[in-house]
Amino acid sequence: MMRIAAGIVAAVMAAAGFADSGGPRASRVAVPTVKIEKGEACVAPTAQMRRDHMKMLLHQRDGTMRQGLRETRFSLKNCIDCHASRETGSVLGKDGFCSSCHAYAAVSMDCFECHTPLRQSRAAGASR
Amino acid sequence: MASIQYREIEGRSGAYFALLAVLGALILAGLGAAWTMEHQGHHVTGMSNRIVWGTPHVFAVFLIVAASGALNVASIASVFGRELYKPLARLSALLAITLLAGGLAVLVLDLGRADRMIVAMTHYNFKSIFAWNIFLYTGFFAVVALYLWTMIERRMHGYSKRVGVLAFLWRLVLTTGTGSIFGFLVAREPLHSALLAPLFIIMSFSFGLAIFVLVLMAACRWTGRALGDVVLNRLRNLLGVFVATVLYFVAVHHLTNLYIARQHDVERFFLWEGGIYTALFWFGQVLIGGVLPLALLFGASSRRAFAAAAVCVIAGGLAQLYVLIIGGQAYPQLMFPGKEVSSSFFDGVVAAYAPSLLEVALGVGGVALALALTVVALKVLPFLPRSLADGELGGGTA
Amino acid sequence: MNPERRQFLGWGAAAAGAALAPGFSLIELARARSPQEAASKLQRWGLLIDITKCADCDACVTACHEENGVTGHGRPETDAQWIRKVSLRDKRTGYAQTLPLMCQHCEHPPCVDVCPTGASFKRDDGIVLVDKHTCIGCRYCVMACPYGARSFVHEAVSGQKADVPRGKGTVESCTLCVHRVDRGETPACVAACNRDGGKAMVFGDLNDASAEIHRRLRSAPSSQVRADLALNTGVRYQGL
Repeated sequence: MMRIAAGIVAAVMAAAGFADSGGPRASRVAVPTVKIEKGEACVAPTAQMRRDHMKMLLHQRDGTMRQGLRETRFSLKNCIDCHASRETGSVLGKDGFCSSCHAYAAVSMDCFECHTPLRQSRAAGASR
Repeated sequence: MASIQYREIEGRSGAYFALLAVLGALILAGLGAAWTMEHQGHHVTGMSNRIVWGTPHVFAVFLIVAASGALNVASIASVFGRELYKPLARLSALLAITLLAGGLAVLVLDLGRADRMIVAMTHYNFKSIFAWNIFLYTGFFAVVALYLWTMIERRMHGYSKRVGVLAFLWRLVLTTGTGSIFGFLVAREPLHSALLAPLFIIMSFSFGLAIFVLVLMAACRWTGRALGDVVLNRLRNLLGVFVATVLYFVAVHHLTNLYIARQHDVERFFLWEGGIYTALFWFGQVLIGGVLPLALLFGASSRRAFAAAAVCVIAGGLAQLYVLIIGGQAYPQLMFPGKEVSSSFFDGVVAAYAPSLLEVALGVGGVALALALTVVALKVLPFLPRSLADGELGGGTA
Repeated sequence: MNPERRQFLGWGAAAAGAALAPGFSLIELARARSPQEAASKLQRWGLLIDITKCADCDACVTACHEENGVTGHGRPETDAQWIRKVSLRDKRTGYAQTLPLMCQHCEHPPCVDVCPTGASFKRDDGIVLVDKHTCIGCRYCVMACPYGARSFVHEAVSGQKADVPRGKGTVESCTLCVHRVDRGETPACVAACNRDGGKAMVFGDLNDASAEIHRRLRSAPSSQVRADLALNTGVRYQGL
């Protein structure tokens, strides 16, 4: 019994030695490319955005939806306006700002089932 | 009281595995249908913006209603103290669980956003009877599982009456809730009525017992267990009473509507001019689901007649729910009294609906799930008594 | 200052305050909402439609579907419709009319009552909406609506308008162009009717005594569709 346990522990530790300890390496999933093409700074510090952007989105969406709070700085449209790719105009797709990290981290996002991922051109008029 | 001996079924024969294989194939077909509906969107089904609840809901509501009624036999034993039914109590409780599981599976898989189940379980609007039903259904699983435990675990036998009463009351509330889903709809002429809740309760008695009898007969036949006439005759009379009561409620519902001038158009639709809905009402619900079973139950005495009556009750029940749910949506909403109405959104006309294969596959998959769970459970735990022959049943006056 | 004078000034100030106070709330109503402000119970948005002016056109329908990105797929039974023209013909007299029918934004909406997750909700200013984040697509609200106002999205959606998210598997209906109303504009249907149609539609705050909709409702008879249900709809009709 003890021998089996020792064998399992040894196998796990050997496998752990091959685990990623950081730094670039070849992998099947493309490492995220984060291209910030617009603006000097986001609406909050980068570290906070990385950690809390989901919480901020959830909080903001309930405020907008239920109470009609439409602070433009924190709207999803504004995020997309800055972060959409120059070429495709979208935050999805190859090298898309949102999809690049989410695909790497294997975290599915539901937003773009309903929301458009495309930046709205200023010339279009009504939408801002 | 002579102690009853329960035993698992052997479940090693080729026929057993063949049955599981068939049920498994039907379940897979149902899952495939659900995946297609979710992936492509509901436009691939026969449902539309006028008929939003279709064949899957007919099956799901049937299974859920029958699940509550299947518990009846156990309740009669535990709550009302009829010793004669005690050997049947475990199977009754098992069927209640498996039928409900099958019905809920169909309902959940048909949701537009089934991936949001977590949302449904964490956000509640308690004014909605649907929200209450979520608690009632999941609670029912827990209560009946507890009930089964008190029946199977010898040391818990003393508690089985108390838990039985809880289960009995719970299912009354649950079925009232299911009927009220439709009865509360002020927008639908054929449906909004306080009568729907008690109608669903008595429907549950009828459908649940019909399914119970068929499963009991099949289980005893295919495992070589004796099934005496004493038990069967009691169940036969019971089913007859339930079928008659359902007919009574339906008659009262329609007679009341016929008396009210405002409801005449609805009645004309269902009783005379509704095409498929009229045919299903008279031939399916009343004839096959009501009159024919009564003739078979009280006019004949063979087991075959009993089984045929049970099958008729089930077919009639499906027809009744089809008329209620789909007919209730097909009938146009009366927004402008005294006017002929037409629009691009099919206002003012009877909505067209034809069940699609995907919907039928999903509904049948739910039935197959319920049966498969039952078949597996019978092998795993002792639900069936070794014998239900006349001489072996304890106590109980005839 | 002697005590009597002090007392007089005190009473005077109180009386002046009591006289002016209602005026402050009127000022609050008259000022358009800024984006940082929440919708307020003091306002109740409503629509008044004069059917006698409703021409045979469907400018309102086209404008609504254009504004909100509601596209058809050639499948009339499952395609969403947020507003539709309904044709009426009196069974006895043969008198014919048409009217636009959309979500009536009831004060006691049956769709809000039946939604299990609370996705169908009424905002404080009376607009009835579907929170697509919480909608599980059960379609109970579609069953419950007396006006058939709700549509279920039967297929995947792409190319949504930025202000109007829509997605497969959720339920939707007329939002009274809430994205325009919050900016101080009128719904697209009203704008189109005034521009290209019979000028039959008026939009405004039902609680604001100075609004045109309030004046029109005060000066001529109006009705609700299915008034017998006592839902107190926000959409009223004249000439029905």
